[in-house]
Amino acid sequence: MGPLIPNGVIPYEWNNILAILIGIAFGFVLESSGFSSSRKLAGVFYGYDFAVLKVFFTAAVVASIGLYYMDYLGYISVGELYVQPTYLWGAIIGGAVMGVGFVAAGFCPGTAITSVAIGKIDAMVYIVGIMIGVFIFSEFYTLFQPLYEGSYLGNITVVDYFGVNPYIFIFCLTIVALLAFFFTDMIRKKVKKVFY
Amino acid sequence: MKVTEKNRHIYWNPYFGGFLLGLIVLFTFYTTGRGLGASGAMKSSVVAVVEQVAPSHAENNAYYSKFISEDKSPLNTWLIFEVIGMLIGGMISGGLSGRIGWRVQHSPKITKRRRLYFALGGGMLFGIGAQIGRGCTSGAALSGMSVLSVGGFLITITIFGTGYLAAYFFRKNWI
Repeated sequence: MGPLIPNGVIPYEWNNILAILIGIAFGFVLESSGFSSSRKLAGVFYGYDFAVLKVFFTAAVVASIGLYYMDYLGYISVGELYVQPTYLWGAIIGGAVMGVGFVAAGFCPGTAITSVAIGKIDAMVYIVGIMIGVFIFSEFYTLFQPLYEGSYLGNITVVDYFGVNPYIFIFCLTIVALLAFFFTDMIRKKVKKVFY
Repeated sequence: MKVTEKNRHIYWNPYFGGFLLGLIVLFTFYTTGRGLGASGAMKSSVVAVVEQVAPSHAENNAYYSKFISEDKSPLNTWLIFEVIGMLIGGMISGGLSGRIGWRVQHSPKITKRRRLYFALGGGMLFGIGAQIGRGCTSGAALSGMSVLSVGGFLITITIFGTGYLAAYFFRKNWI
C-alpha cells in the first residue's frame, strides 16, 4: 500500500528515475499552461490573467481530494506522507519576501525552470538571482537562524492543529476555489486587457 | 498539405492544466511519499558550488553543512533529478508549440535592461524567502496544501497576499 517506495512496494532505486519522469510531466504541464511566460504569471496580481490562481488552486484541490479519497479506499496512508514542518514566523516572513520577489520578477522557481527550458534569458537571470539569494542567506545564516529555527510548531496539518474533519475541510476548500474562480472571472472582464 | 503557422501563445485551459498538475502531485505522493519542489534544487546547486570552491568554508558554515554528507554529492538529491526532468518536459512542450527561442520577455513599456535587473532582484528575494520559509510555491505551497499542511496554507496566503500588496509598486513593469 502507498506510498509505494517508502513501503518497499517499488524498489528504492526507482526513486531518482521517478524523479526525472515526474519532472518531465511537471515541466510539460507548467509550460503548456503558459507558466513559462512571466507576463502571464504576473497577470494574477493585476487582474488581466488569473491562470496562476486557476491552475494552482485546481491542482491543490484535485490532489487533496485524490489523496484523502485514496486514503479512504485504503490505497495510501495519509499519515505516512511527508508534511513539511511549520515554523510560524519563518513561513510568514519567508512567504512575504517570496511574494515581493514574485511580483518583481514575475516568476517563481518552478515556472522559471520551464521558462529557461524554452530559452528565455530573463528566466536564466532570475535563476542566477535565486542562487545569489541562497548564497546570501547561507553566508548570513547566523542572522537568519532565530527566524529559521524559531516558533516551531511541528509537522502539522490542519487536521492535527485545528482538529477539523479533513473531508469537511477539503469540501470547504473546494467551495472556496469555485467561488474564487467565479469572482476572478468577473474581475477579469472589468480589467483592461493586456496583450503579451 | 499546407503547414500553417498557428498562434504560439495559445495555452491550455487552466482548469485542464490544473487538473493534470493535481494528478501529478497525487502520483508523486502515492509513489514517493513526498511532494514536488523546485527551489531545493537551486539550494543544492549553491551548496555544491561552495563545497567545490571552498570546502572548509562550506563545512564550517552552519547552513551549508546541513546538506553536505561524506558519501554523496549535494547534487545527488531527488529534486535535482526532478528539475532535470522539468527542463526536458518544458522543452518538449515549448518545442511542440514553437515557443523555443532566445528572448527577453518584457512589457513594451520597459527596457530589456530594466526587465533583467528586476528578474535578478526578484530572484534574490525569492531565493532568500524560500530558505526562510523552507520551500517555494511548488514544494511548500502546492505540495503542502495538498496534504493540508498548516505551513502550506500559511505560505500560500503570505506569498499571494504580499504579492497583491506589493503589486502597486511594480505595476510599471507589467501593465
